Amino acid sequence: MELRSSLGRVRGLGSAKEGVGHWWAQRFTAIALVPLSIWFVFAAISLMGADYAAFRAWLSTFGNALAMIVLVGTLFYHAYLGMQVVIEDYVHHEPARVIALLGSRFVLFVLAVSCILAIVLVAMGR
Amino acid sequence: MPSVDRPLSPHLQVYRPQITSVLSILHRITGVALTFATLLLTWWLVAAAYGPEQFASAQAFLGSWFGQLVLWGFTFAVFYHLANGVRHLLWDFGWGFEITQVRTTGIAVVAFAAVATVITLIAAYAAGGA
Repeated sequence: MELRSSLGRVRGLGSAKEGVGHWWAQRFTAIALVPLSIWFVFAAISLMGADYAAFRAWLSTFGNALAMIVLVGTLFYHAYLGMQVVIEDYVHHEPARVIALLGSRFVLFVLAVSCILAIVLVAMGR
Repeated sequence: MPSVDRPLSPHLQVYRPQITSVLSILHRITGVALTFATLLLTWWLVAAAYGPEQFASAQAFLGSWFGQLVLWGFTFAVFYHLANGVRHLLWDFGWGFEITQVRTTGIAVVAFAAVATVITLIAAYAAGGA
């Protein structure tokens, strides 16, 4: 039985059919970030007072570089998903909302690529 | 766009702040704050790839009183968002919806974040200062 009004159907109101994917992605990244963020806190404590050479030496090991890249990728994806929800909830002016959504997505993407590029360059000794 | 003035909810002005609502919005506030914290993380990593001078200036900012204050705030935000995020995941599994459980876990999350922040700061300063 069709419970939706004809007008609502014609206007394409209702589910955007992609909310479940967003929900799962937010949870998956959240679960992954539990061990990753705890690892990062311990790493950051061990790096207190580390100078340029010491920090690069730490980031040059395969395990640390890999963990940092996984952390950065997961973190920025999670941040993007979270910012999207916050913007959608609080920015009601349509043009401002679209600009904020696209802008935050672009900025977070550039930041993520910058982090990963930096990690790779340091790990390769550049 | 709405042609009808439908009632909106909730009216924050007439609601007394409660542990449920305060911790809920704090989760979002810390989440947004941590998104801005990624700027510092990016600066730190990119500076390490750029060269000793850039890394030294990043370290100098993070070591200044203002940088330290910001890092303390972000440390609390990490622990709060982490613990409350786990609380959210438990809710996703359908656990902890009773009002007494919501209160207890809420207090536990704040207590964990505060204690973990203090322990982290002590460990950080013991490990090598600023």
